[in-house]
Amino acid sequence: MRRLTPYLLALPSWMWLAIFLVVPLAAMASVSLQTGNVIDGFVMTFSVSNYSNAISGYSTQFARSLVYGGLATVAMLLIGYPVAYWIAFKGGSRKSMYLFLLLLPFFVSFVLRTIAWGFLLSDDGILFGTLKGWGLLPADFHVLATAFAVVAGLAYNWLPFMILPIYVSLERVDPRVVEAAHDLYATRGAAFRKVVLPLSLPGVFAGVLMTFVPATADPINAQVLGGTGNTMIGNIIQTEYLVNADYPTASALSFTLMAVLLVGIFIYARVLGTENVLEAAAR
Amino acid sequence: MNRLYTPALVRGMTQPRTRREAFRIAGLSAAGLALAACGVEGQKAAPPKADAVQEYWAKQQKHGKVVFANWPEYMPEDKAPLEQFKQATGISYEYKEVINENAEFFGKADPVLRAGQSLGYDIVVMTNGIQLQHMIELGYVVALDQSKMPNFLANAGAKYKERSYDPGNVHTMPYTSGVTGIAYNTKYVKDDVTSIEALFDPKYKGRVGMMSDAQEIANFGMIALGIDPENSTEAEWKKAGEKLKAQRDAGIVRKYYDQNYIDAVSKGDVWVTMAWSGDVFQRQLAGEPVKFVVPQEGGTIWTDNMLIPKGAANPVDAMMLMDFLYKPEVAAELDEFIQFVTPVPAVQDLLRKKADSATGEDKQALLDMVDSPLMFPTDADYAKLHSYTKLTTAQEQVFNPIFQSITQA
Repeated sequence: MRRLTPYLLALPSWMWLAIFLVVPLAAMASVSLQTGNVIDGFVMTFSVSNYSNAISGYSTQFARSLVYGGLATVAMLLIGYPVAYWIAFKGGSRKSMYLFLLLLPFFVSFVLRTIAWGFLLSDDGILFGTLKGWGLLPADFHVLATAFAVVAGLAYNWLPFMILPIYVSLERVDPRVVEAAHDLYATRGAAFRKVVLPLSLPGVFAGVLMTFVPATADPINAQVLGGTGNTMIGNIIQTEYLVNADYPTASALSFTLMAVLLVGIFIYARVLGTENVLEAAAR
Repeated sequence: MNRLYTPALVRGMTQPRTRREAFRIAGLSAAGLALAACGVEGQKAAPPKADAVQEYWAKQQKHGKVVFANWPEYMPEDKAPLEQFKQATGISYEYKEVINENAEFFGKADPVLRAGQSLGYDIVVMTNGIQLQHMIELGYVVALDQSKMPNFLANAGAKYKERSYDPGNVHTMPYTSGVTGIAYNTKYVKDDVTSIEALFDPKYKGRVGMMSDAQEIANFGMIALGIDPENSTEAEWKKAGEKLKAQRDAGIVRKYYDQNYIDAVSKGDVWVTMAWSGDVFQRQLAGEPVKFVVPQEGGTIWTDNMLIPKGAANPVDAMMLMDFLYKPEVAAELDEFIQFVTPVPAVQDLLRKKADSATGEDKQALLDMVDSPLMFPTDADYAKLHSYTKLTTAQEQVFNPIFQSITQA
């Protein structure tokens, strides 16, 4: 009995995984190989061509999503790292307040926040309307309905998920290590490059992982902030599921997206991750 | 947050899997696959049998509440018609503005209804079109109790009692009709827009809004080419598709909108856009610089219909409310606010009477409504308005990709 106890204790989590991950995934895999329509139903025909059609039909949107997701991740890293650094090292006793302020906007729903950006950035809205009134911007200047707006929206929406892991890893850096670097005649730049940055790489690794995946798959930002020719793969999947009720194509697209992201993460982890990160941190 | 990057997690993600593990994972998935291979059942329903309908209604009781799911901007802000209903019947209501697009609404409702579950709404409103057709074909709509619609039978206009998509009013009652035309922002567009060509005019490059709905945009592409959408062919859809693609590639279209086009045109993000008549009138009333026209080449007319979805908890209360909206004074109150085409012709006289007793600006506003061909179209007006293309499921699979490849490039 005692030998079984750990397994029994783990049972709920296994059930959870089985019910909410394995079964839906299997169902989706099955649907992705079926053919039919919403009126007559769908039957299993092992139609692998669902995949080839989906990929060849929407390769543009796939590529665009990866580019937008990648750009947004880079932007988040460039903005997020200094913020995390500042809070961790200069935040003093107010650290938790700064973190709270960082998270405060996220008490509002994600979609609402994105729509609010739509209002703020509208052509004659509070910001651009005023600037145009002062003659600082040409009359036909606009940000909404451009790729820039979509990438900026993505970067805004997941920024905390970049900052928090980096903050946690920076926060754990022992200040004495930095002192030691200075004692060994390291300049501030050198101390950062050779000591602080390597120690924070695990946080960067986690941050990139947590932001790139959702940003790439997101449909909302492209829908609210984008224009023509900014459609991302998430929008296509949404249309196939909800508008066309073409469940097989939608499932095939979802699986392909998952596969692309998994392979991407795997390569990323291999190239940048684990041993390299840990070695860099230990060095 | 600390655990996010524990070395163990990172290692687990990157360490090579052994072959045995791979087999185990594969075996697990195969089991799941077998479990799920039964697929998604088709549910094509036979037309309802008269005695089955009677049997259904005989079992239902009044519950004293009703949940009404509708489109935004489709009810006065004080909900006066619903309040009157509450006072007259003692039935309390929940009013939800949850429907933004027919296709998307159907997409969300289909799996729920397919699984035999309830949507949680007693009345939903859907436009005549492919999704409403699907709802009826799949048996997702409760057949109405023909004995419980006296106001409808007495007061609805002839056109609204004989609808090709629901002969005999078996499943639906019209909520309102409306016209799809062009709206423009008078702050930026100084000339009068009269032609559909305004939507294709390079002068408005980057300032034109088109609708993302495949049927809406297809109709306008076809009307611009002089094709009647109602009797169009596949070759004509393709021609319309080319026209719309050229419009997009020339940078004329800013964005393909759903319901939020109305914000974009009132704010001036777009200057000229495809639009639904009543939305624009409501914004005008709020003092925004927008104007609506039916292009001289023609527009489209559609009807939004109330229906009771399968599994609704309060069908009797829903029937009562739907029929209550056909009382002329209630319909007048509703239409004075939403300013679409009411299915109750008597509203025109009621509003005229109200105008007689009103003064000043109110009087003028009411008189404008009474004379508006967009609220009370004459037969000549109806002749200029096209109906939607009626598509079979097979046709839809050709039709949708032609236009979605434009709106979702």
